[in-house]
Amino acid sequence: MRRSPKELEATHRKMGRRALLLGGAQLAFAGALGMRMRYLQVEQADQFRLLAEENRINIRLIPPARGKLFDRNGVVIAQNTPSYRVVIVPEDAGDVDVILSRLSQLIDLVPTDLERAQTEMRRSPPFLPITVADQISWQDVSKIAVNAPALPGITPEVGLTRVYPQGADFAHVVGYVGPVSDYDLDRIDDPDQLLRIPRFQIGKVGLEAKEEDNLRGKAGAKRVEVNATGRIMRELDRREGQPGADLQLSVDADLQAYVQARLGVESASAVVVDCETGDLPAIASAPSFDPNLFVRGISVADYRALTENPYRPLANKTVQGTYPPGSTFKMITAMAGLEAGIIGADDTVYCPGHLEISGRRFHCWKRAGHGHVDLENSLKQSCDVFYYDLALKVGIDKISAMAKKFGLGVRHDLPMSAVARGLAPDRDWKKRNHGEDWLIGDTANAAIGQGFMLASPMQLAVMTARLATGRSIEPRLVKSVNSAEQPTGAGTPLDVNENHLRLVRRAMFAVSNDRRGTAYRSRIIEDGYRMAGKTGTSQVRNITAAERRAGVIHNRDLPWERRDHALFVDFAPFDNPKFAVAVVVEHGGGGSVAAAPIARDITLQALYGGTPPLAAYPSKDRSKIKAQQERLRRERPGGDKDGKDRA
Amino acid sequence: MSYLEHSVKSVPSGLRKIAYLNWPLVLLLISVAGVGFLMLYSVAGGSFTPWAEPQMKRFGVGLVVMLIVAVIPIWFWRNVAALAYALTIVLLILVDLIGEVGMGAQRWIDLGFMRLQPSELMKITMIMLLAAYYDWLPAKRISRPFWVVIPVLLILLPTLMVLRQPDLGTSLLLIIAGGGMMFLAGVHWAYFVAVLSAGVGLVVAIFQSRGADWQMLKDYQFRRIDTFLDPASDPLGAGYHITQSKIALGSGGWTGRGFMQGTQSRLNFLPEKQTDFIFTTLAEEFGFVGGISLLTLYILITVFCIFIALATRDRFSSLVTLGIALTFFLFFAVNMSMVMGLAPVVGVPLPLVSYGGSAMMVLMVAFGLVQSAHIHRPR
Repeated sequence: MRRSPKELEATHRKMGRRALLLGGAQLAFAGALGMRMRYLQVEQADQFRLLAEENRINIRLIPPARGKLFDRNGVVIAQNTPSYRVVIVPEDAGDVDVILSRLSQLIDLVPTDLERAQTEMRRSPPFLPITVADQISWQDVSKIAVNAPALPGITPEVGLTRVYPQGADFAHVVGYVGPVSDYDLDRIDDPDQLLRIPRFQIGKVGLEAKEEDNLRGKAGAKRVEVNATGRIMRELDRREGQPGADLQLSVDADLQAYVQARLGVESASAVVVDCETGDLPAIASAPSFDPNLFVRGISVADYRALTENPYRPLANKTVQGTYPPGSTFKMITAMAGLEAGIIGADDTVYCPGHLEISGRRFHCWKRAGHGHVDLENSLKQSCDVFYYDLALKVGIDKISAMAKKFGLGVRHDLPMSAVARGLAPDRDWKKRNHGEDWLIGDTANAAIGQGFMLASPMQLAVMTARLATGRSIEPRLVKSVNSAEQPTGAGTPLDVNENHLRLVRRAMFAVSNDRRGTAYRSRIIEDGYRMAGKTGTSQVRNITAAERRAGVIHNRDLPWERRDHALFVDFAPFDNPKFAVAVVVEHGGGGSVAAAPIARDITLQALYGGTPPLAAYPSKDRSKIKAQQERLRRERPGGDKDGKDRA
Repeated sequence: MSYLEHSVKSVPSGLRKIAYLNWPLVLLLISVAGVGFLMLYSVAGGSFTPWAEPQMKRFGVGLVVMLIVAVIPIWFWRNVAALAYALTIVLLILVDLIGEVGMGAQRWIDLGFMRLQPSELMKITMIMLLAAYYDWLPAKRISRPFWVVIPVLLILLPTLMVLRQPDLGTSLLLIIAGGGMMFLAGVHWAYFVAVLSAGVGLVVAIFQSRGADWQMLKDYQFRRIDTFLDPASDPLGAGYHITQSKIALGSGGWTGRGFMQGTQSRLNFLPEKQTDFIFTTLAEEFGFVGGISLLTLYILITVFCIFIALATRDRFSSLVTLGIALTFFLFFAVNMSMVMGLAPVVGVPLPLVSYGGSAMMVLMVAFGLVQSAHIHRPR
């Protein structure tokens, strides 16, 4: 087709104009791109560079080893042992199903674990290890290692788990650890990042929980470079963590084991306090449980068995259990009377078997009465009327103040769970809490450790240690932290007259050593180790007038949970007190029968640092004691070293 | 005055043609491709495999192809334009029938030695056909409706076929390049105003269609638009590409982290790091300076093409060259807008830099045409 040059020229010029227009538009757009580049790369560079670092660098925590727990002689109470688990890396395994079926022929795989592993596998990238079996034995690990060529992608991994080699003996002392739960995290304001590590163990109960900060240690960290899918490309640097502090307890594992065995199947507890330092060579609550069960994750059936047991094995009765101290409180009433100057050593009260107080008759345990009793006899024979009379003269406020001075009704700061405060009531307390006036009858009840009065076995042991030493002994459970000795509980002299203390101690000596003393049958005859004690029997029920007329039913004929609590406190040796002991047998009946023999055995065991010679026992008991010692020795597989003279 | 009459005697012949190539343009192309090799070497973690080496071989082949195309007289290409267009349409149909499924879209035919993407080829053959059409069409008829409808159909036919694959990026590129060709050819501006308003209407309609029975785009295409509009809404899902690529760019700063030091691309935070998102690696490692340099190279190539087009008095040559310049511009402009978060992620490679055979080969053919137009220009 022919065209005129003019026409050609015109279209060409038009095209040129439009080409320049379009080219201009393109340049403008390119300019905009340049501006955008400048904005992103220059103006916002810092912000994006930060984001890039965050992308690239990942901080992985290195869990620290939890602090170990030792007894006062270095015996391990809690430690960390390697626990083995099996992980599979699906990427390396190839056919996961085949590999897992091969693995199941080698070791027992838990179906629920497998199911969980399979769901995890679907969700996570194929290079991440997934746990298929946890807490497997060393034998299983070696089986896997031997068959490694047939099991690509399967590797045994090692982690640390808490183990309590002493089992049930220390369950109540140290508690146990367990995996961090959502509840734990909610409770803590600013949870340590460590707690978010899967399977990280945290103290749940007892010392493990209370000393968590000491025991946990500080997390180490490693900075790793990761790619977009989270695979670790290389480690950039590593800061080692700080392992948790090792704690040495003041408990003596041998004595603790003995005490636990001696308490046996009773619902009972015993506390031994060192009279010099406030150390707790034994602090046992029975029945106990195996804390290792909780670390591994307790089965529903096991847990139900523990919670439904009427003897409450999960409760640490030494500090959580509070009981009316009964007659063991009479030393306090006596001290209050002595300090107030109301009675002297030779003052006597006539006990006809009861005392009429504002129209109500308060009975002495001995219906026939004790006749004329002085202070020593009142304690020795545990005359109630003497103390009714004395308390009415002294008044409740002074008695309450004296109780607090000796550590009752005050909270002792121990790293254990739910340490009870007990109760040493006074007028104010009743007004505040019951909205009622204090009655004179309340004073009479308080005088013999009944009524509102409540004390834990721990408090009773502390009270006894204070009576024995005249110092404000405080219990000390943790002896040293990372070998740094903790302050002792030796305390300061109590602001009481030493002569008054001596009177009370002598009366307590008579309880255990005078033929007419309530604990004479449970005496120690070894001269250097004579003990001074006091029985107590605290009522759990009120004896009605009708019952009394019908004749008080004997404990043996009552259902277990309505029987009296049996209590006994003592210290020994009398001349140079080393240990104070408190024993409470729940619903055990009379203190002299149920609690005193146990306390005596424990005291001797503590004094000898092992099985005491039979010569320390009254001769007619020796055959029985020998049989008992042999039985206990059999029950404790660890055995028991022979008694060495310690005092 | 016929083209043949006055040109043949002044056009160089034989090997002398090589000397008449626009050498600055060749050097610019080699520079850009060189940047590409460098980046492919870097994203492979300092290795020629798997990307840099094949890319270099292809570029070598591409240069030879460009020379071959360049020495063949431009009027030959004008005469085969219609045939090339028809052939490409046939190939597009073939893709539908025998094409392999890749990335969820049927796009290429495996020729054995290379994978051919007819949609890439379409960009060139459509431009050739439109240029030939307007070279043939008398100036008086250019803006007459009948003669406007014909090129529109020529543009829409391949566009709809590509859209069916589905390849939103390429179809948009075809529409814009075709429209640009019509604009350059001198079609009355009123048509463009009308089409643009209709286009706006269509966009509104597309958004209205979402979720309805007559939904016009696939769900993933909608999601891409969504995340383009608000990348933060789904930073780990669909918005991940845009967010990560902006992070990579931004962390480059003025001068970058240095060659092979880009953490974002090396650690796989970037998707398609060797193809569509390769610019982010460049920007991260060489910073603003590197990015703006590449942009400058691209602009220079475009400008050289426009100059070549304006310097020739042959209408086909001018239109083809301008069309190629526009297509080339659209390639890098859309790609850069995409990685800088100015456009949705539509899957357009960075020309001559991104790893990929078809796109590079087609571009080299295109620049061969530009060179041919330059060599065989009437003097």
